[in-house]
Amino acid sequence: MNESVSHVLAVAKREWRAYFDSPVAYVFIIIFLMLAGFFTFSLAQFYEARQADLNGFFQWHPWLYMILVPAVAMRLWAEERRSGTIELLFTVSVTPLQALLGKFAAAWLFMLLALALTFTVPLTAVYLGSPDMGAIWSGYLGSGLLAGAYVAAGMFTSALTRNQVISFILAVVIGLFLILAGYPPVTDLLARWAPMWFVDGVASFSFMPHYEALQRGVIDLRDLVYFASVMIFMLFATQVVLKNKVGR
Amino acid sequence: MIKAKDLVKDFGLRRAVNGVSFEVEKGTVLGFLGPNGAGKTTTIRMVAGFLPPTEGSILVKGIDVARDPVAAQKSIGYMPETTPLYEDMTVSGFLRFLAEVRGFRGTERNNRVDYAIERCFLQPVRNQTVDTLSKGYRQRTCLAQTLLHDPDILLLDEPTEGLDPNQKQVVREMIKEMAAERVVMLSTHVLEEVEAICTRAIIISAGKVVADDTPAALKERSSKYNAVTLSAEGKEIVPTLEKLPNIGKVQSLENGKIVAFPKTGKSIAADILGAAQRHKWKVSDIKVDEGRLDDVFRQITTTEDTKKKEVA
Repeated sequence: MNESVSHVLAVAKREWRAYFDSPVAYVFIIIFLMLAGFFTFSLAQFYEARQADLNGFFQWHPWLYMILVPAVAMRLWAEERRSGTIELLFTVSVTPLQALLGKFAAAWLFMLLALALTFTVPLTAVYLGSPDMGAIWSGYLGSGLLAGAYVAAGMFTSALTRNQVISFILAVVIGLFLILAGYPPVTDLLARWAPMWFVDGVASFSFMPHYEALQRGVIDLRDLVYFASVMIFMLFATQVVLKNKVGR
Repeated sequence: MIKAKDLVKDFGLRRAVNGVSFEVEKGTVLGFLGPNGAGKTTTIRMVAGFLPPTEGSILVKGIDVARDPVAAQKSIGYMPETTPLYEDMTVSGFLRFLAEVRGFRGTERNNRVDYAIERCFLQPVRNQTVDTLSKGYRQRTCLAQTLLHDPDILLLDEPTEGLDPNQKQVVREMIKEMAAERVVMLSTHVLEEVEAICTRAIIISAGKVVADDTPAALKERSSKYNAVTLSAEGKEIVPTLEKLPNIGKVQSLENGKIVAFPKTGKSIAADILGAAQRHKWKVSDIKVDEGRLDDVFRQITTTEDTKKKEVA
């Protein structure tokens, strides 16, 4: 096996196990499922709406991720730096890029696992009616990509500091910005003084139009490229930060 | 195997390492000595490829560490000063992870882990999680990690810091055993350790190499080297000793003992015994000082410090 790949896998495996060796994984998954269920069935009134679609389920994911993903991602680098294990990691022939890809893969897979465990929601919809399966699949695709983008942002803020609380707060703020960037209250505020191209530029950063398109069942290459570029940008920024902090 | 040339490391405006050069060959146990903050850890981190030098170069088996740390690190086992470990892993899980990172799989990986565990006497705690370990076991777990890939070079930053005397002995024995086919470079400020295991010692102070020699040769630099301590009864002992040609200075101690310091490079024990016979002194005890490393250490590092202050 290629050496770089095996480094990435070894790091990913360790991170994955770190979630399950501590209560973090179990607490997180249970809370995530409870909140997802609460939002879908109580707030969005899934039953009362009498519609066999999952809009009430998917529309809450950006908010849920905004709070919960930073909790999963905050330790990725902050912990390594606080405990000094980063010195071990970077003196055993592992490069920053390999390490961050491994960590990102583990955290994203963990989120995907939590997301997959919501399978009872679509099952309920199928049982009660005949929902558009295409829209459900593309909704899950969108939610998975959204989770990946949040994980990448959370990993970036985790690399910035050795303090997990600061990492968490910064990640929530970035998440909030990415959700709200396109909302009229925010764009209106900007439009008062900023030129239109700037307002449009900020608005185009938003997760929401891309996520909502996928939620409706529209798989457009541009939306996929958007999520991929957010992740790649965040990973790249993480690498720059690590190289700066570690010095190489 | 290690060739460091004119290493300089700046942290902002502070120069932590200022022109350190050394070469180390196989079979050497190199002790890196110096007061706190002298630049020991920074130098070792640069050799380990964790920090890039601001200036200068390090070759490890011919590979430039700053340019290709990944390749250089394959022949290095490094134990950082803080003995960092992943707290939530078990000892064997931790070692398995590092063996995987080092590129071992399956049985090979397990064999390597077993070997390291055995070598560092970790059997009793192999299934314990790291955060429950005592200091001594933490230290040894971190040491075990350096042995997984059988590296040619071991860099150990204060390997016995914080251990009790028995544990220190164990770790020292291990280092001695491992040294035969390798280069071991260890930093310490425990001088007895240097005497016990090092074949060579470099003293650095304020980021510079101020001495580079064998521990024995360093001890000879001590003002007490070959000094003779004498307990004797008789007449006019001090004046007689002062007249002997090779003796530089004589002191009477409060407990009645007399200390005679030789002129540089001279040996005076025989002269003193001769004088004692001639003058019929009753000698009850005589002791030749071998010189003490901590005296030398203090002599060298404090003069450097004062020099620096004068310049400033």
